[in-house]
Amino acid sequence: MLKQTEGSRAVAEAVALCRPEVICAYPISPQTHIVEALGEVVKSGALAPCEFINVESEFAAMSVAIGASAAGARSYTATASQGLLFMAEALFNASGLGLPIVMTVANRAIGAPINIWNDHNDSMSQRDCGWIQLFAETNQEALDLHIQAFRLAEELSLPVMVCMDGFILTHAYERVDIPSQAQVDAYLPPFEPRQVLDPREPVSIGAMVGPEAFTEVRYLAHAKQMQALELIPGWAAEFRRAFGRDAGGLVHPYALEDAETVIVALGSVLGTVKDTVDEMRDRGAKIGVLGITCFRPWPLAAVRAALAAAQRVVVLEKSLAVGLGGIVSTNVRTSYTGRPDAVHTVIAGLGGRAITKASLARVFGEAIEGGLEPLTFLDLDRAIVDRQLARERETRRSGPIAEAILRDIGVVAARIG
Amino acid sequence: MSFQPIKFYQTGTHTVGNRLLPPETRSVQANMRRTNSLNSGHRACQGCGEALGARYAIDAAMHATNNQLIAANATGCLEVFSTPYPETSWQIPWIHSLFGNAAAVATGIAAAMKVKGNHDVRVIAQGGDGGTSDIGFGCLSGMFERNDDVLYICYDNEAYMNTGVQRSSATPPAARTATTAAVGDAPGNVFGQGKNLPAIAIAHGIPYVATATVSELRDLEAKVRRAMEFRGARYIHIFVPCPLGWGHEPGDTIRIARLAKETGLFPVFEAEHGEVVSVSRIRRRTPVEEYLKPQRRFAHLFSPAPRVEVIAAIQTIADRNIRKFGLLEEAA
Repeated sequence: MLKQTEGSRAVAEAVALCRPEVICAYPISPQTHIVEALGEVVKSGALAPCEFINVESEFAAMSVAIGASAAGARSYTATASQGLLFMAEALFNASGLGLPIVMTVANRAIGAPINIWNDHNDSMSQRDCGWIQLFAETNQEALDLHIQAFRLAEELSLPVMVCMDGFILTHAYERVDIPSQAQVDAYLPPFEPRQVLDPREPVSIGAMVGPEAFTEVRYLAHAKQMQALELIPGWAAEFRRAFGRDAGGLVHPYALEDAETVIVALGSVLGTVKDTVDEMRDRGAKIGVLGITCFRPWPLAAVRAALAAAQRVVVLEKSLAVGLGGIVSTNVRTSYTGRPDAVHTVIAGLGGRAITKASLARVFGEAIEGGLEPLTFLDLDRAIVDRQLARERETRRSGPIAEAILRDIGVVAARIG
Repeated sequence: MSFQPIKFYQTGTHTVGNRLLPPETRSVQANMRRTNSLNSGHRACQGCGEALGARYAIDAAMHATNNQLIAANATGCLEVFSTPYPETSWQIPWIHSLFGNAAAVATGIAAAMKVKGNHDVRVIAQGGDGGTSDIGFGCLSGMFERNDDVLYICYDNEAYMNTGVQRSSATPPAARTATTAAVGDAPGNVFGQGKNLPAIAIAHGIPYVATATVSELRDLEAKVRRAMEFRGARYIHIFVPCPLGWGHEPGDTIRIARLAKETGLFPVFEAEHGEVVSVSRIRRRTPVEEYLKPQRRFAHLFSPAPRVEVIAAIQTIADRNIRKFGLLEEAA
């Protein structure tokens, strides 16, 4: 059914169609609208049997989901940013125990300085926690990925994180096609757990494992994620047949046929990137785009194939590995067989900084002309940085950095351009 | 016709004579069909109070629920010594997730049982004092506040024993631990306000809160049974001496636990819906020195010179408990 709705509400409707049995809710912007909507559905009785639990922290949210999932219930929660970090210990635990929990991450920056706007550092900080990570480009894809996520999680007994850009997607009203209950039921079979806490068949779950077996257990976690690389494309095809549209898969190639320059990105920024590339192609540039949908497991072969003919690669990412540069680009380099210095990192959109077509066209043009630095911070205001550095040279007690910079800028409202 | 009331108290051994009782009132442990839920062969130290307390508590809970029980366990001694895989001592469905989340994991299990319509299956969370009063406190309070259908059992041995005897918020004043050394002007743990978990549980107004001790195992069993008569959040705090951490003879575990109660340092009581409804009275009031002296963690209070003022301060704590709970009063 076509509907004009908010991204968060669309996701909530998709999750409800997946018939979750336990939902844990803890508020954090920009995720909150999702659990609010689900709470309303559960309270109305439309989703029975389902328990909606208002927990006291994100750590508890994931822990309740762990208990519920281990007891055989389909479990869901949502979070963002600091909340994802607060549940970090439980994230590793859920994947280590092999519990197929599905969670939405409404991507948001990590403080300090505190910032509620979108970037990808939250999910990226947990890229190695053993969860499958899928990134949505649009609200329609966010909705569709949740339906695929439950199936993927339960087939592999692994938790899945569906990442969608905070505010840009979660709070955007767009047209989405909401599938029917019958369609979702046909695609997503009931949850048959591999392990379950049941008095009729007592098992111990979560024993200590020493050096004699730890490597093997961890290897199997890796092997299962690699198995996802095999399953995801087939399920995306099946999804297309059942729902009549493309969603999911490992990567989204765009105009790659003759592309000498390939822009790699993930999430909602792909829309702006494609618009920019379209205009550049109209002017004769041989440039294309590779969208990454599945970030964990890393689709090494699919990315390698997509980049095989590329002479240069620009990785546009909303995350920063402090002291190194790019996170996504570090992954992309493992897939690129050309010259290592042909992979450029462009850090953009941190803390909600707008990524404009004009800025993108400029850096993509620099890349084509061979003038792009290995690491670029898009639209970095050098003058602001230099002023702060000068202050630190002049005064030992130069004070807190963020506050000094805000004073220099002299505006209260966020300057987005 | 005259009759002789049976007193479950014998000078010397304190053995309870089940043979004198009708079968229905005999202890769960005396029953041939006890479930041995925490089975033999585990790796607890000799004289471990926690192993004893857990065995009685879980068997009693199994008895009360017709063996329909699932347990979530915090990280700690109980978790480590019970599951040296490929061996496990647990004869019940059991999950260990993390140190600080046992109460929340149990909430999740209880929610799953509810949606699945398994109303007969009951859920227990258990952990040590560190996992309960420190790192697991947030999850515990949340579980209480929502009145989730979970019985939480805290085995209190007054420090982080699994990691080598470090101070927790349940460590008593003046006690030596690895992080409160018996050196300097005020050796051992500080005299803070303490964190009284049973009182905090009562303050949540949950249906049932009780303290129990391994020196009164029938009382412990009765409290677990009583807890299982309620739905909603319940809390039992069991006093479990640790020979390794406290520095007493393994054979003295029960004696030390009894002295904690008889001095008034560990009040034994139960509360329902926020009100104390019964207390276990002191039989023979005992000065705190008798409790402190056999434990090496308090050795600096007696040697080289007695620290009279510190002992008096500890006696004050015991006296306050006795007054507050009426531990010496005759039953009405």
